Amino acid sequence: MSEMWIILGASSAMARALARSFAEDPSGETYRLLLCGRDTDDLARDATDLELRGAGAVEVFAFDARHPESQDPILEAARSHDGTLNVAVFAGSMPEQSAIDEDASLVSGVVTDNFTASAAFLMALAPDMAARGAGTVVGVGSVAGDRGRLGNYVYGAAKAGFHTFLSGFRNRMGRVGVHVLTVKPGFVDTAMTWGLEGMFLVASPAAVATDIRKGIRKQRNVIYTPFFWIGIMTVIRTVPERIFKKLQI
Amino acid sequence: MPLNTEPYTGWGRVLTGTGGRARPEKSASLARIMGHAPGPAIGALRSYGDAALSDAPAVDMSRMDRLLSFDTSNGVLEAEAGVPLATLLELFGPRGWMPAVMPGTGHATLGGAIAADVHGKNHHAAGSFGQHVLGLRLIGADGQVRDISPDVEGELFRATLGGMGLTGVIESATIQLAPCPSVLVDVQERRMPNLASYIAAFEDSEATFSVGWIDATGTGDKLGRGILEEAEFVTREAAFFQPRKAPKTVPFNAPGFAMAAPVVRAFNQYYYSRIPKTGRHSSKQIAAFFHPLDGLSGWNKLYGKRGFHQFQCVLPPANAALVLDAMLREIGRSGLAAPLAVLKKMGPGRAGPLSFPMEGYTLAVDFASRPGVAQLIERLIDQTVEAEGRVYLAKDSLAAPDHIAPMYDELGDFRAVVRQADPDGVFETDLARRLNLRGTA
Repeated sequence: MSEMWIILGASSAMARALARSFAEDPSGETYRLLLCGRDTDDLARDATDLELRGAGAVEVFAFDARHPESQDPILEAARSHDGTLNVAVFAGSMPEQSAIDEDASLVSGVVTDNFTASAAFLMALAPDMAARGAGTVVGVGSVAGDRGRLGNYVYGAAKAGFHTFLSGFRNRMGRVGVHVLTVKPGFVDTAMTWGLEGMFLVASPAAVATDIRKGIRKQRNVIYTPFFWIGIMTVIRTVPERIFKKLQI
Repeated sequence: MPLNTEPYTGWGRVLTGTGGRARPEKSASLARIMGHAPGPAIGALRSYGDAALSDAPAVDMSRMDRLLSFDTSNGVLEAEAGVPLATLLELFGPRGWMPAVMPGTGHATLGGAIAADVHGKNHHAAGSFGQHVLGLRLIGADGQVRDISPDVEGELFRATLGGMGLTGVIESATIQLAPCPSVLVDVQERRMPNLASYIAAFEDSEATFSVGWIDATGTGDKLGRGILEEAEFVTREAAFFQPRKAPKTVPFNAPGFAMAAPVVRAFNQYYYSRIPKTGRHSSKQIAAFFHPLDGLSGWNKLYGKRGFHQFQCVLPPANAALVLDAMLREIGRSGLAAPLAVLKKMGPGRAGPLSFPMEGYTLAVDFASRPGVAQLIERLIDQTVEAEGRVYLAKDSLAAPDHIAPMYDELGDFRAVVRQADPDGVFETDLARRLNLRGTA
């Protein structure tokens, strides 16, 4: 019985790092990896790369958050898998807040990419995970979801929705043996943050992947990565709203 | 594709790139960049001077780092240019294969190793990195992707090996890995009391890997003393060995006095004496043997916030001993050298017209950036020119066009190929501008 990991948004640098950590697992455990994302040509390169690094089997699936039917073949592959099902959700998008401020029609796309598409996928897969009575869900949110800030509050709101969803999903799935891990990364050195101003204490995708593996192993519920963001966000959350609304952070 | 406009530096941290960097993570992003705003490729920023710097946007290839194919029967590997060589050693060493040439740092990328045609501790036998490249996928100034090899566009292929990135962006490369009989090497370290004995030992050495640390502060009868390291693969049944420890990190810039002459002299005395007179034998993991400094992340900060220069030359065998003697006297007198200095015998192997290696001896010495260093290095470069040697473009930050032309006798051919491949100079780096490598100034 082998472990399957379904990775949504597999092109992201953090997803690539996590997939490599499975491929190069020092314990010698081999995983069946499903790389799901929009750019399937590029994911095919990742698939070969992961196999050469030691992954058991890697398959590529087209997944587009804006096209809900794209999840069907992935669900089908998962259902026919004889073994534990695990999901890691990295899918997301972060247009500049100023662009959203000018074009309100972008809001629903941001919410779809960062929250509802992944939530719908997890809901659809939930009975199959429950039937196996085991497995892990890794949901990647963001520290931006902890409080709405001037710079990216629509993205933050979508992530906050996803956090809340994961919290309830954990409550439901924990009863049937499925563990749900919420990951809140701070600044990570990815294409999403490349060139943004005001970045500090930037973590590498590989470091985030290491933290995620640790969170999985220790069955943590919510982790901040790097860990010190829990302190930063505790401070940011405790600032009273009447002061916070005047801050430029 | 967003640009990161933060200034960036090479490993020596003296010079600064100001043109910003794009950093694709997917093939489609790379193609988009190269279609709209092509620029020179940069890798791990492990070249010391301005080889990877530009005042126009550059393309950071470090996230294009995937393995594309591997044939277990013959060791032929294709990978994207951004993969670090250490990763190749780590992944394929236990399977019996390794890069045929490993430079002094495993952080160097595949693309960077090709662009600088790097050499390693086995250069005398294995040649340079570019000699093990079977084919390249090169993105040109026109945005077109070309699969080139010795047989397809051979001139462009050859000019790209050691071509310092001026012919285009290497997207991926196919290389011949070498058999890796063991992930352990037996290392023998011996004291070399002076330059004459050092050179004699190199001449007698038949080791697969050889390299020497040299005390660049030595004067008088200690001139040119050092430690010669020779290594062979462990062929006996491998015993248990400790896995390599995670690298330690230099947390901040060291103060200036860390590299003051008395400090360096004292350190070198200790470093020399720690090897017993009778020599020392040990077994090491190959990664630790190839890349001892990779165990200390950010070691360039030890040279302080002003950064450092490395002078590296290669001298032809006929006058190597004489010129090395003169250079070491000059360096010793200056009191400016850092502890990090290397002597190695090289073979003739080189891959392209701008490749550094030549048969003879290579000397590399670090100097923390401070008054007098630039003048000293310029004098050393003059001596190199006079001795018909070469300075290493991947290390240099101080040479002038007049120095380079006599060193690289195929520079004319190289310029012709580059100007044809890139007529508008979109791949011109700060190094190319400074040394007029395109021949357009």
